[in-house]
Amino acid sequence: MTGSLDLLVNAVISGLLLGGFYAAVSIGVAISFGLLDIVNIAHPAFILLGSYVAYLANVYLGLDPILATVIAMPFFYLLGMALYQIYYVAFERRDDQSLRGLSFFFGILFIAEVGLILAFGVDLRSVQAWYVSGNLDLRVIELPWRLLVPFALGLVMVGGLQLFLSRTFVGRAIQAVAQDQQALRLMAANPTKIKRIAFGISLATASLGGAAMIIVIQAIEPSIGREYIGRIFAICVLGGLGSFPGMVIAAVTLGVVENLTATFLGPSWAPAVSFGVLLITLAVRPSGILGR
Amino acid sequence: MVSSVAREEEEREGLRGLGHIAFIGVLAVAAAAVFGIARWIDNSYAFFAAYVVVQYIVLGTAWNILGGYTGYVNFGITAFFAIGAYSSVVMYKLTPWMPLPVMILVGGVLAALVGLGTGYLTLRLRGVFFSIATLALAVVVQTLITNWDFVGGARGAYVLRPRLAPLIGGEYIQYLFLVMLGLCVVSLATARAIERSALGYGFAAIRDDEAAAEASGVPTLKLKLIATALSGGFMGMAGAPLPYYVTYLDPASGFSLNYAVNAIAMPLIGGTMSWVGPLIGAVFVGGLQEYIRASSLYTYFDLNPAFGVLITGVLMVVFVILAPQGIVGLFKRKPR
Repeated sequence: MTGSLDLLVNAVISGLLLGGFYAAVSIGVAISFGLLDIVNIAHPAFILLGSYVAYLANVYLGLDPILATVIAMPFFYLLGMALYQIYYVAFERRDDQSLRGLSFFFGILFIAEVGLILAFGVDLRSVQAWYVSGNLDLRVIELPWRLLVPFALGLVMVGGLQLFLSRTFVGRAIQAVAQDQQALRLMAANPTKIKRIAFGISLATASLGGAAMIIVIQAIEPSIGREYIGRIFAICVLGGLGSFPGMVIAAVTLGVVENLTATFLGPSWAPAVSFGVLLITLAVRPSGILGR
Repeated sequence: MVSSVAREEEEREGLRGLGHIAFIGVLAVAAAAVFGIARWIDNSYAFFAAYVVVQYIVLGTAWNILGGYTGYVNFGITAFFAIGAYSSVVMYKLTPWMPLPVMILVGGVLAALVGLGTGYLTLRLRGVFFSIATLALAVVVQTLITNWDFVGGARGAYVLRPRLAPLIGGEYIQYLFLVMLGLCVVSLATARAIERSALGYGFAAIRDDEAAAEASGVPTLKLKLIATALSGGFMGMAGAPLPYYVTYLDPASGFSLNYAVNAIAMPLIGGTMSWVGPLIGAVFVGGLQEYIRASSLYTYFDLNPAFGVLITGVLMVVFVILAPQGIVGLFKRKPR
């Protein structure tokens, strides 16, 4: 095998694994933006909050980062319900989602970032766990655990939520809200209540996503969240809003393309990839790969 | 219906009798008075602080032309702002003899073209896609500039600020301030002129109900593109003098999120319905930030420099939730 072919194979495989991680951080937006039509651009800030929860629990209590964020999930769920309640009363009911609703989330994003800077400074933080370093040796290729574990986590999250949405009563109700709120109201169900639950779930995924993030990128600091806004929304739009399989395809595609770009053009070009993909998608096919 | 709203706005402003020329005259006199006072104080720190506030009036007004008038939220302020700033860096390196106002014009035209392009690609979709695309635009432009060695790349670029101001004498910062004041007059006059022209009514129709506007023959895409280009252009112009102000410009500071948050927060805090809002918001919030920065609060509580802008973010969230009409709305009579 030649050197550059080796590089290519490596870039593609780690890109695939990165895609699993991207799915883990995007699924919350796939719910809030894709199903509920709430453009929560502050979502990456909550993912970062999850990362800091994982960091704190790991450093001060010696907890496993994933376990820590699983424990934190109910709190994120409640936070999401509260946030949706504010959003509903202040913007959705006034039919002012576009200008002030968006600005609201932008403000939350900014407050969260500056709040983290004030609390933790701009130093890089990382966690300790057996999978943070080391590789899975498959003879032909070595796969780093720090990519494999978040990849698996992402698949579990997507699969679990897909099952939840299609099999459970509440899950089906959420899908019904996505399809036709008015019809739901006619069935004497309260769409606001269901949306509150769904938004809570969306933020609960941010907690787990935060663990995935601190494991993958290993060193986090408060401004990292912003880089993920574009990635996450690029993935959700490219995947077709509200479609989980489409989102996974988009996440994996973006992971591979970004890795190829970083390998062959240099890492400083990688951030432009997702945004380029987003712009092209919006211009050419705004309904995404598997759009409704 | 639209005209009655406009009339009400005019009555509130108390400037309803003024024609465009007279209004520009009033603004120019006000700007001259501000400049005169600043000269009288004769403290270069005052000039540096006042420059920032006036720069935010321009940025806030520019954002409001698109965001407040048509209801399309632009998050990519830093992209346009930095295009203006970096076009000045390029001209500083290639054609250093060029006078600053010309650089500002060039920066404005470049930013307006980028605005036009982004708008053309995304404005046919729902509004939120435009907003997300502008977020993306900021990162694309930042990546391009970070990888462009001619303008310093990630290391940044140094710009030598002339020691003395041309024409007016004194320190160069006085000249920068004067130029920014002039830009402020132009942007405010443009915003007001838009409000009372057919263009402004078209914008308001898009904001209130785009589908209905389209159905009644308003050329929505064309109007949105005009708004995007104007808005982007003024942001670029506001950014063009920046290299001379900071003398060292790197992507991290040129694309700082603070510019975006301030430019959005100020109109929302002041009020988005007319040109007065961004003016009030920028003077209030910008003044508050400069005051906090200068006051002894920092040293006393050992605060992080980020604290001042955190207040802006919190104020913005509080205002959009509790006072959607901004400060202007607080003083307005209750709607019928």
